[in-house]
This record gives sequence, C-alpha cells and structure tokens, in this order.
Amino acid sequence: MRLDARRIGLGVAAPVLAIAVALLLTTVILLIAGDPVLAVWQVLFRAPLPRQIVAIINEATVLYLSAVAVAIGFKMNLFNIGVDGQYRVASFAAAVFAGAHWLPGWLNIIVAIIVAMCTGALWALIAGLLKVTRGVSEVIGTIMLNYIATYLVAYLLRLAAVKVEGSNATSTQILAEDSRVPGISLEWLIGTPKEIYGLAVLAIVVGIVYWFVLSKTRFGFDLRATGASETAAVASGVNVKKMIVASMVLSGAAAGLVGMPLLFGQDYAYGDTVQAGLGFAGMSVALLGRNHPVGMAFAAVLWGYLNQLSNGLQISAGVSDRLVLIIQGIIVLSVVIAYEVVRRARLRLEQGRVAKELAAQPRQDAAEEVAA
Amino acid sequence: MHKLFKSIAVAAAAALTLTACSSGGAAPSAPNTSAPASSSAPAIKVGMAYDVGGRGDQSFNDSAATGLDKAKAEFGIDAKESAATAGEAESAKEERLNQLIDAGYNNIVAVGFAYANAVKKVAAENPKVKFAIVDDSSITADNVMNLTFAANQGSFLVGAAAALTTKTKHVGFVGGVETDLIRAFEAGFDAGVKAVDPSIKIDSKYLTQPPDFSGFASVDKGKAAAEGMYQSGADVVYHAAGGSGGGVFTAAKAAGKWAIGVDADQAKTAAEDVRDVILTSMIKRVDVGVYTFVKSIHDGTFKGGTTLFDLKAEGVGYSTTGDHLSADTISKIDDFKQQIIDGKITVPEK
Repeated sequence: MRLDARRIGLGVAAPVLAIAVALLLTTVILLIAGDPVLAVWQVLFRAPLPRQIVAIINEATVLYLSAVAVAIGFKMNLFNIGVDGQYRVASFAAAVFAGAHWLPGWLNIIVAIIVAMCTGALWALIAGLLKVTRGVSEVIGTIMLNYIATYLVAYLLRLAAVKVEGSNATSTQILAEDSRVPGISLEWLIGTPKEIYGLAVLAIVVGIVYWFVLSKTRFGFDLRATGASETAAVASGVNVKKMIVASMVLSGAAAGLVGMPLLFGQDYAYGDTVQAGLGFAGMSVALLGRNHPVGMAFAAVLWGYLNQLSNGLQISAGVSDRLVLIIQGIIVLSVVIAYEVVRRARLRLEQGRVAKELAAQPRQDAAEEVAA
Repeated sequence: MHKLFKSIAVAAAAALTLTACSSGGAAPSAPNTSAPASSSAPAIKVGMAYDVGGRGDQSFNDSAATGLDKAKAEFGIDAKESAATAGEAESAKEERLNQLIDAGYNNIVAVGFAYANAVKKVAAENPKVKFAIVDDSSITADNVMNLTFAANQGSFLVGAAAALTTKTKHVGFVGGVETDLIRAFEAGFDAGVKAVDPSIKIDSKYLTQPPDFSGFASVDKGKAAAEGMYQSGADVVYHAAGGSGGGVFTAAKAAGKWAIGVDADQAKTAAEDVRDVILTSMIKRVDVGVYTFVKSIHDGTFKGGTTLFDLKAEGVGYSTTGDHLSADTISKIDDFKQQIIDGKITVPEK
C-alpha cells in the first residue's frame, strides 16, 4: 500500500513538473525580453468572459476531434502527420457536396459528413497502402500527402469557387439556411448570445466511440497490442498489415470530421480563410492528453484557453501573442520530458522493490519487517 | 498502473485550467482601467487589428501603421495595436476586435480581407463602434468604411518599369499567397510588362496556397523563390508577398540584380543593406486609407461605404526613391499612368 501512495505521488509529479517548468521557463524568457511578467500572468490567468468561454469550447471541440484522429494512429505507434491534409481535403469535399444542395436539410448535412469521413479515410488510405505494400514510412507518406492536399484543394477550389461581390476571399458555394447546424445557446447559463457549435455533440460522440472501441473491443485490443509490441501481436495471431491499414483509415475518417463544426456552424463554406494547421495542433493535444479520451479533452480545453486568451496579451499587457506559442511549445516538451523522468524513477523504484523482495524471500521475518 | 498515470495527468491538466480560472476570478479584473486615457480632452481611441505579420513587416501592415502614426502625430489619438497569427481560429479574429472594443477602443481598423467575416459580425453586434476594413467591400454596414485599392493599376506601372529596365528580357513575380487579391497584383504587373514589350518572359511563383497564409511572413520562402528566378535569367523581380519580400531583396542583393517592392516605399522601409537593390516600389497607400478613416472620425464626417483608392485618387502609385529609374523611363511610366487615369488603358484584375 505504501508503494502505491508513492506511485500516485509520482503520477502527479509528471504533469505538475511539466507545467511548473513551462511557467518557470516562460517567466525567464519574459525577464530576458524585459516584458512585464506580472501583467502577462494576469492576462493569462484571468477568468474567461462568457463569450470567451464559448470560443474556448468551440476551439476545443475542433482540436479534440483532431487529437482523436492523431491518437488512433499513436495508439498503434503510427504517426499520422497527415491529419492536417486529411481534414482539409475532407472539408473541401463536404463543402462542395453540401453546397450543391442535392439533398434537403438534415439529410444534406448527414450525407456531407459521411462524404467528409470517406474522403479523409481515402486520403489516409493512400499512406496506409504505401506503408504495407511498399514499406514507405507513414511519416514521410503523410507529410508528402499534406503538400499534395494543399495544392490539390487550392486548384480545385479555384474551379469550384463562387465569387462574392467585393470580397477578396475565394470560397465554395455558401450553404443554404436549412443546411446549417444551429448552435447551442448558453444564454440561460452564462448570458452570452454567442453559441457553441451544434456539432460539438459530434466531438463527444467521437470521444465515446474512441474509448469504447479501444478498450472494449477485440479490434481495440489488437490495435493496442500491435502498438505495444508488434512481434508479440504477430505471435498472438494479429494481422499487422491489416491493422495498419485499418487504423490509418479510421484515423483519416476521424480527421475528416475535424472541419465539420467549422463548416456547418461557422463558415458555411470552404474558402481560403479556412482555419489551417488544426492537424498539427491536434498532435500537441494528443501528446499532452496522452491519447486518453478524457485527457485529450482537458488538453484541448487548455489549448483553446491559451489561444483565446492570447489576444489579451497584445491588447492588455503589450506583449506579443506569439508568447502563447512559446508556452504551448514548452508545455509539450516538458510533458514529454517529465513523463520520461518519472517513468525512469518509477522503474528504479520498482527494481528496488523487486530486488528487496527477492533478497528478503529466504528470510520471512525480514520480509515482514519491510512490509511493516 | 499506466492508466493511473494517465488519469493523474488529466487531473493535473484540469487543475491547471481550474486554477487558471479561479485565480482570475479573485483578482479585481477590470481590463478597461489599464488604459491611460482621459487626461484632458477625450482622445480618439483607435484599435488596430493587423493581418499576419503585424507592424514590422516592412510592407502591407507597416503601410497601415504609417497612416496610424501620422494620425497619432496630428490628432493625438490613443492607439492600441494587435496582430493576427497564421492559422488562428475565426473566433480569434472576432475576439481580437471584441477585446479592443472592451478596452475602450471604439474605432477599429481591420487590416486585411481576412477580417471580413469577423468585422461583419462584430460590427453588427456593436453598432456604435466605427470600423474600417482594408481590401474588402463585401460588407455593407453604416458603421463600416471599406478601404479598397486598385493595386492592379499600381502594379501595371511597376511592370512597365521592370520591362523598361530588364536587359535579359526576363522578369519575375513573387506572390505571397495565391488569393484573388494577390492575383490582381500579378495581372496588373503582367499587363504593364506586356504593354512595353510583349516578348519579355515573366516567371511567376506563389509562396503558399490558401488556407496557409504563412507566405506573407516567410522570408526564407521569398528568398528561395527569387533566387530561382535570378538563376534562370530574370533580372528584375517584383514581389507582392508582404513580409516575405525581405527574402526577395536579400536574393537580389546576392545576385546583383533588381527587385521591386510593394505596398510601402520599401527603399525607405526595408533593411538598410538591401535598399539599393530596390528599383522602385508599387505603393499601395493603405496609410492614406487609415489616415482618412481617423480623420473622418476626428472631423465627425465618418460615413460607411466603399472608398476606392486608385491612381486617380493617388491611392496607388510607384516610387522613385534611390533614383534608379532614368528620366526617360519615368516619363514613359507617367505616360502610362495618364492613359490609365484617362481610361485609355484598362488594367485587368485577373
């Protein structure tokens, strides 16, 4: 029992250590730059206003979907760097499909979401197939596919673009009123007219499905087993190639959902001002949340919180908002390092315990002493 | 055991978020009081929301900043500045405008068309706040002044300057991000080159594709693109790439060839060691636009709607800083300028 208490202490140590280090390093950076340290922390630790709370939840929704997409790959030691390209290709396809208004209202939305999932899955499948048939590292494959996605979508966007008079932005056909997902109002709770994306529900559903499939199904077990030890998985009859393709496809399908709350709840079209880089932000969130369905939710909220409050840095504290990018970078790095440090400490402790127990075995009374 | 670790990590992350919230709640949070403000007559408060790159890009945003500085010197306004980050959420743009308004800056300049949707929403929510948006006329509201520029006309003139200067009959164009807006720069430039000599070869390269707007702030990409053009024989390269233009100038300096600046008179704003390679600059008077907006508020003549800053209104033009253009070249360019103003030449937009 005593050892367990120690382990809990170690477990708390990792994230606390990481965050403390991040705060400390940022303070040092601020001091070196000659910026007002106190003002910066006052801005960042200020209670968010109601409209900011809504914006944080909205941003977290999108980041969470992206993190889940990344985590599906991470769980199997597959680094799907391509979530960024997958969500853009998928959002574009869904925007073009939904913008054509072939189907009425909700049906249009649902089918468009399926189109997005299929497109994302197909885009990821390319990298998966390249890996199992040609041995192309999925890291290289997906990075290259990101570039292809960027140029392909830019090219197709020009063909599909609908001109809005007076605007310099290029975008697809804007969705009709009945093909938009209404927002969820929190007016009754926090008194702001700003609304949460209706498709925030999607993030919750995806989180639950992710948790269920990974921890409650045979498939999820195979996936985790392959991630933990490929040779052991092969020995126990797992078809690794099939698992690679399957997890890439699932990861891509989840990536396809990333842009949906934005498309149906905010932009109502895919244009050149669509939010970029969500796939990479998702990697940070997945890393920070340790691929855990709840952990990633907290990480996504933390990320959204930092992003939204960063605007105040320039306006209230007179410090560049890039500072938040530095803080985020340091948090991710510190988390990785802190977990490694704690893992080693735990390993040493465990080795010590095992050694003690082994040494104590021949003499029972001595063992009892240790237990006491 | 591994699972336990994870859940603890989660708890700690949550704790951080919660402490973050609660400590803010305890503090007497009043963002408005931090501004100096009201000493004598209430100064006009202007909030600037820059595009990616912000003040210091030596180009587009700096041109807007120049206008702000001029208004500051003349009217003694109180200004607050804030810039966009590449890849930020749409809500971050709205939040920026909202925070400026919260801090009491009730005259807002949104620099760049990327703010169109954010301005549309925030302007509707705050009918008493006055807005100006650069490069967009898609929003029509009584409290929004749209400042648009005929960048294609100015680009035509520097295109002519490039064509009259090139010895290799080969020039280049580097665009920041391939949007309609920047394509208009290219279209004008091409037309200007062809008006002088249709046989001149024009290289064209965009640094990034939307939605990646980093092409306006990537010195390295600008440098690589221009290097390629100089190596393949171009001897004048025009850039419409905002902050990335610094890289184009560096490449021109290394190759011993010409570059053409954009938005601001870059022979005055660029890094000092590369100023001598800037043949001319296509000047887009965003500064005049910003100044006009602030002046209208100062004079109480503010009116919503689109103002086009073209050659006729001297909202665009070219610079002769450094005296690199010969008198003969200048007279030819001015001739084109007059023809455009008179409507004898219509410069294409794409």
